[in-house]
Amino acid sequence: MKLFSFTTTPIDTVGARRELFDGAAGGYVSFEGWVRNHNEGLAVQGLEYEAFVELAIKEGERIVADAMRRFPIKAASCVHRLGALGVGDLAVWVGVSAEHRGEAFDACRHIIDEVKHRVPIWKKEHYLNGDSGWVNCERCASAPHHPHAHEHSGAHGVSD
Amino acid sequence: MSAAPTVYGLILAGGASTRMRHDKAALRYGGESQLDRACRLVKPHVAEVFVSVRADQVNDPLRASHPLIVDAFAGGGPIVGIRSALASSPASAWLVLACDLPLLTDAVLEHLLRARDPAALATAYCSAYDGLPEPLCAIWEPAAGEALARWQSEGRSCPRKFLRIHHAKLVDPVDAHALDNINTPEEYATARSTLETPSAPESMQIKIQYYALMREQAGRSDEMLETAAATPAELYRELGERHRFTLPRERLKVAVNGEFSDWSRGLRSGDVVVFIPPVAGG
Repeated sequence: MKLFSFTTTPIDTVGARRELFDGAAGGYVSFEGWVRNHNEGLAVQGLEYEAFVELAIKEGERIVADAMRRFPIKAASCVHRLGALGVGDLAVWVGVSAEHRGEAFDACRHIIDEVKHRVPIWKKEHYLNGDSGWVNCERCASAPHHPHAHEHSGAHGVSD
Repeated sequence: MSAAPTVYGLILAGGASTRMRHDKAALRYGGESQLDRACRLVKPHVAEVFVSVRADQVNDPLRASHPLIVDAFAGGGPIVGIRSALASSPASAWLVLACDLPLLTDAVLEHLLRARDPAALATAYCSAYDGLPEPLCAIWEPAAGEALARWQSEGRSCPRKFLRIHHAKLVDPVDAHALDNINTPEEYATARSTLETPSAPESMQIKIQYYALMREQAGRSDEMLETAAATPAELYRELGERHRFTLPRERLKVAVNGEFSDWSRGLRSGDVVVFIPPVAGG
């Protein structure tokens, strides 16, 4: 099983979930990030994901491997979509199996949070008004910012 | 936590310069002796600069114009110079420099001082050639005095071997050539021409790959660039002007050859650089 991978076609959540099966696991938690129809007050029509794949896979694998050391879980995996997506499409999937649910929830949350912060993936949103923009790079470019501290408490187009 | 010990500078000028057949401290670059040059370079970074000499050198005019620390132990070699400095002021740390590093720069010293770990016996660069510690461009902490004394009492004298087996903080080089030392007349001639040829920085071929906003602003996915930029920070400044990048460097990360990198790392010809704007996965 790959710890972290990209796909340009719809994510096979059934297949990915099957990979996490472990006879000693008592449960499985997954997170699905979906393309939302609005972001920061603008109606979103669709978006594109782009990644620096070589480094993104390394960094994604480091995140999942680190979660497997940090939490007593059986298996974990993350798949991210690349290319053009429409509203409602699945953008990212994280799955974790563990003996007990608590660790599975914690590890799943940890992985998605770290992926959003650290992996070199970018998202360009296309708005209904015809505009478009790279999330975190353009509309807040003039605001004073701590480097790469880009959480806007639920203001992103997907998966918050 | 108590403050880190104050750092003094020590230029080692007690060597025999056997292979050079000429006093290395007196070699001149751009009209200045290597000794004066080293003292001038270190001065802004430390409380005060001293020159380490043998007892028979105290009246040498070149050396006598600087505050001196005379070898206080037997045996000779750099280890005695370092021990003598540590013994002369046991609560201080010492930025120790060999006197044959003409290509050393301000940035190299600054990077070393920033990387300093006062809890280690020393903070030293790794050699760009063999990865071994460079004891003669290093910060030696007070606790090293006793350990070096023990080392010498066991009949050993090599400070590089000392750093390999003791607790030293090792720092990756930022500039592959900054610690090249000058041992022969040929090496002296090469260093002189590097330093005395006006504004002839070596230009390199760097490949830059662009993603997302950077790709759109650069108008391309990648480019090969002939550049004199020594670090990714300098490269971003150069390209930012050309392509009118809107993001300040503080908001980016950078990768070199497929791995996250420091902005001050030294670039080499053939490196592949990626500027990483704020990410937005998930």
